[in-house]
Amino acid sequence: MVCIVPLMSIGHALLGLLEGGPRHGYDLKRAYDERFGQDRPLHYGQVYSTLSRLLKNGLVTEAGVEAGDGPERKRYAITDAGVTDVERWLSTPEKPEPYLQNTLYAKVVLALLSGRSAVEVLDTQRSAHLGTMRELTRRKADGDLADQLICDFALFHLEADLRWLELTAARVDQLAVEVKR
Amino acid sequence: MTLLRAEGLVKSFGKTHALDGAGITIRAGEVVAVMGPSGSGKSTLLHCLAGILPPDSGTVHYRDRELTSMNDGDRSELRRTEFGFVFQFGQLVPELTCLENVALPLRLSGMKRKDAERAANEWLARLEVDGVADQRPGETSGGQGQRVAVARALVTGPKVIFADEPTGALDSLNGERVMHLLTTAARETGAAVVLVTHEPRVAAYSDREVVVRDGRSRDVEFAR
Ligand SMILES: Nc1ncnc2c1ncn2[C@@H]1O[C@H](COP(=O)(O)OP(=O)(O)OP(=O)(O)O)[C@@H](O)[C@H]1O
Ligand SMILES: [Mg+2]
Repeated sequence: MVCIVPLMSIGHALLGLLEGGPRHGYDLKRAYDERFGQDRPLHYGQVYSTLSRLLKNGLVTEAGVEAGDGPERKRYAITDAGVTDVERWLSTPEKPEPYLQNTLYAKVVLALLSGRSAVEVLDTQRSAHLGTMRELTRRKADGDLADQLICDFALFHLEADLRWLELTAARVDQLAVEVKR
Repeated sequence: MTLLRAEGLVKSFGKTHALDGAGITIRAGEVVAVMGPSGSGKSTLLHCLAGILPPDSGTVHYRDRELTSMNDGDRSELRRTEFGFVFQFGQLVPELTCLENVALPLRLSGMKRKDAERAANEWLARLEVDGVADQRPGETSGGQGQRVAVARALVTGPKVIFADEPTGALDSLNGERVMHLLTTAARETGAAVVLVTHEPRVAAYSDREVVVRDGRSRDVEFAR
């Protein structure tokens, strides 16, 4: 399955959710999973280790503890420094990664060098990519607008990969000559 | 159940070998994407499969009938009753309204005007374009026109829909809407779809894909 939230900063996401008001760690996990965790819900361990880091850096503060013990009794609130941090995060563009298909490229070259079929490698990958795209397309049909947008994000990226696969397949003979030179 | 099976198709146009031993199998009710580079022979394969173009050699079976050995009259009768077609553009009759266009295949089969138009209206509504029923194709948007074309392909209750780049002239939002409506309607009526496309996001509406390269097809599932 593809990773739908691409390595998002969990700290910033939790801070952003806390801007709506103080919450328990448990609430935060639920809110995160509901909005961003379709494919990979957070572990409690991740939530509490992230919160303790945010606490140490002064980005959140404890806002009351209910009777009983255990970390799930604590409520957390965002601080002014935390709000500033969220603002900075939102206004800083993500690095446009020229996502190089390193592994695939290496497979193609090695197939060519060893006299195996590079087109086979590319076709196998195409099939796997399309399989995932079908699953996302089905999910989109059943989902609400949020699901659709998240699935479309993944679909457009997978489509870009597929275009590269197609282009590479069309140039494989040319590449074979070059790698063997 | 196998509905359509082509084997060893060869077709040349002068010195161009458009098909060079292509084959494909389509089962009842499945949506199969035919993919591959431009000029690889996708449209030629579709035309041979649908009995529009006679191959130089090879066979095409629809159920237990062999298309290439049928006479022209029987073949066009088969196309009219069992197949539906959606192309990139230019398939609607410009002088007729959208409703008349969708009713046309039924009228050609001898259905009364009133009955044909009632069925056509239902299909226009299903494709969410009943609003353009009285307009001519030239007065609709590209996306609306394609939905009318899909309605016309489905109105006779075909067993196979042949679609060659049905979303080729549409933007991605309209293209996806057409694909969603086409595949949903096909699944509901049990029609198989042979979908030629070079767009991966369009192919993602299929159940499986067949790749055509240099006039040869690679059917991942029915690999020999
Ligand atoms: N009627 C024709 N006369 C002459 N050559 C033709 C004819 N139809 C197709 N060809 C040639 O046969 C080959 C295969 O064409 P075809 O239209 O099947 O490709 P395609 O895969 O559908 O391409 P595209 O993705 O560009 O639509 C091409 O080289 C094309 O130029
Ligand atoms: Mg074509």
